[in-house]
Amino acid sequence: MEKFISITTSAVPLPQENIDTDQIIPARFLKATNRDGFGENLFRDWRYHKDGSLNDEFVLNNNTYKGQILIAGHNFGCGSSREHAAWALSDYGFKVIVSSFFADIFKGNALNNGVLPIQVSPEFLDSLLMTVKNKPETQIDINLEQQYIYLTSTGEKENFEIDAYKKTCLMNGYDDIDFLLSKTSEIEKFENQRELSRVSD
Amino acid sequence: MSKTLFDKVWDAHVVHTIKDGPQVLYIDKHLIHEVTSPQAFKELEQRNVPIFRPKQIVATADHNTPTKDQHLPIKDELSRKQLKQLSENCKKHDIELYQLGHKYNGIVHVMAPELGITQPGMSIVCGDSHTSTHGAFGSIAFGIGTSQVAQVFASQCLLLTKPKSMRIRVNGQLKKGVQPKDVILYIISKIGTNAGTGYFCEYAGDVFEAMSMEGRMTVCNMSIEMGARGGMIAPDETTFDYVKGRTFAPQGEEWNQKLKYWKSLPTENDAVFDKEYSFEADDIEPMITFGTNPGMGIKVNQHIPNSNDTSFEKALNYMNFQKGESLVDKPINYVFIGSCTNSRIEDFRVAADFVKGKKKADHVTAWLVPGSKQVEKQIEDEGLKAIFSEAGFELRQPGCSACLAMNDDKIPAGEYCVSTSNRNFEGRQGQGSRTLLASPLLAAATAIEGKIVDITKHLN
Repeated sequence: MEKFISITTSAVPLPQENIDTDQIIPARFLKATNRDGFGENLFRDWRYHKDGSLNDEFVLNNNTYKGQILIAGHNFGCGSSREHAAWALSDYGFKVIVSSFFADIFKGNALNNGVLPIQVSPEFLDSLLMTVKNKPETQIDINLEQQYIYLTSTGEKENFEIDAYKKTCLMNGYDDIDFLLSKTSEIEKFENQRELSRVSD
Repeated sequence: MSKTLFDKVWDAHVVHTIKDGPQVLYIDKHLIHEVTSPQAFKELEQRNVPIFRPKQIVATADHNTPTKDQHLPIKDELSRKQLKQLSENCKKHDIELYQLGHKYNGIVHVMAPELGITQPGMSIVCGDSHTSTHGAFGSIAFGIGTSQVAQVFASQCLLLTKPKSMRIRVNGQLKKGVQPKDVILYIISKIGTNAGTGYFCEYAGDVFEAMSMEGRMTVCNMSIEMGARGGMIAPDETTFDYVKGRTFAPQGEEWNQKLKYWKSLPTENDAVFDKEYSFEADDIEPMITFGTNPGMGIKVNQHIPNSNDTSFEKALNYMNFQKGESLVDKPINYVFIGSCTNSRIEDFRVAADFVKGKKKADHVTAWLVPGSKQVEKQIEDEGLKAIFSEAGFELRQPGCSACLAMNDDKIPAGEYCVSTSNRNFEGRQGQGSRTLLASPLLAAATAIEGKIVDITKHLN
């Protein structure tokens, strides 16, 4: 996994609540057996009309807004556990998703793919959306080590929480498989003890 | 300290605890299917890591399978390749697979319980958010992403932070015509789609105690629709009676040992939950959703509420409904009875009981998709097939089908579908489709009448 330390970039605002993973990547694109290329169909049914033409009103089709941060409404990533949603966001070029609330499974999937989900307060989210909407070129600093999000132009700043273990993984590019494989003998011991207690019952 | 059902099962599976960090949780059963496993197999192959415990994995083909002509080669090339990949992966790694057409094939959350693979006190995972279904047996069961599928392949464990605990009690007796599906749609409409995020939810009280295992599975299945990773119901005689004698259930002395352990699992009286809700069975009526998330539900005879929230308005706009409007008498062209929420034999019995001797409305396409080969066989054996075919319903072959429309079972753009599935998201049942979630009873009645009916009036 790629390391994540800090980035400074502009952002794309998508101020809608309850964005589910079916919207992020519709089920009909889940037939692939590899992880690549899902960015092409990210938010497919919002980006394109049913006849295949571009929906000019959707923010990803608006050249004014660019950057590696997606700012979204409350309860982002709810619904299906499909990790394809995290793959699609990452493949499209997003490194950070900012929202006031994330669904559990999506959050874990994002972290397992080097995409940082940052939960901010609803007030900070509103203000961030307003700033970015009015000034699309606004640069945003994300610092994982010190756990803050900072707007250079306005001086607004908020700290965010992240599990210490996950932070170490992201900063070093480690993943959970590496850790779990290092625990194999302990896992085998656990299995043996359970078997023993079952037999002796 | 007194423990909850959730604490007991969770704590029994902790292998290791990282200081100020997550725990290593042992997984008893890993269920896999064709859509969320191929990348995990690839991941292990790239790292040259073997599958740690292939005997604890069970595979089925369900999401991307046709529900017609299953004996013929699959027409769609990508779907065919995905299923072939699953077969090859299972063969290579010595994993039990219930391939399309196998007598045990079916939707993962239908076939595993009916085969006795799902048992109380277990930890069960699957790359599918509705894995919460299996919590109906008093097991810890939850959906995982593909990276986690790879982790379980590699170590039979996952790194997890223990979720908080919540309990939802519903006391009293359900009214006539109120189904388990109505209970869970009612709960989600009351507490919202993210009230359970970060929690494992135990359902308790008279209503769940009196419910069949099929009903309990319907309730636990939709725990994820209120954000909870899992739902659980304490194992009791109903649970034990259901499990006993099933294909992979413990037998003889092993059964006795397990039963003793299972009986020790229920939450202790003074155990404390991080959050509690309580509802009265009396207040629950047949439900239906009007919006684009499962929390946007009303009693079928209620009117769509008023709200100026932009997301609410966007949802109504998508559904082409107005604030304050009633859904009763709305013409409906599509009805779907199926999915891991409502495709068990009991669901088809309820539908058949209403449909018997009636005919569906001419303009309605009514699809019945059993959850497994075994359910399909039961439908025939119990004579329900004849009832449905006389009524003009189309009984198809098992699979996830129009719940997520990965195969050809799609609802056309702009059409309404009264569906027994679990999600009414935009385009969930096909691009531009509009889903109204309901119980199998309300779905069957809709097909007969050709419009949404106030089923309460109908029954009395």
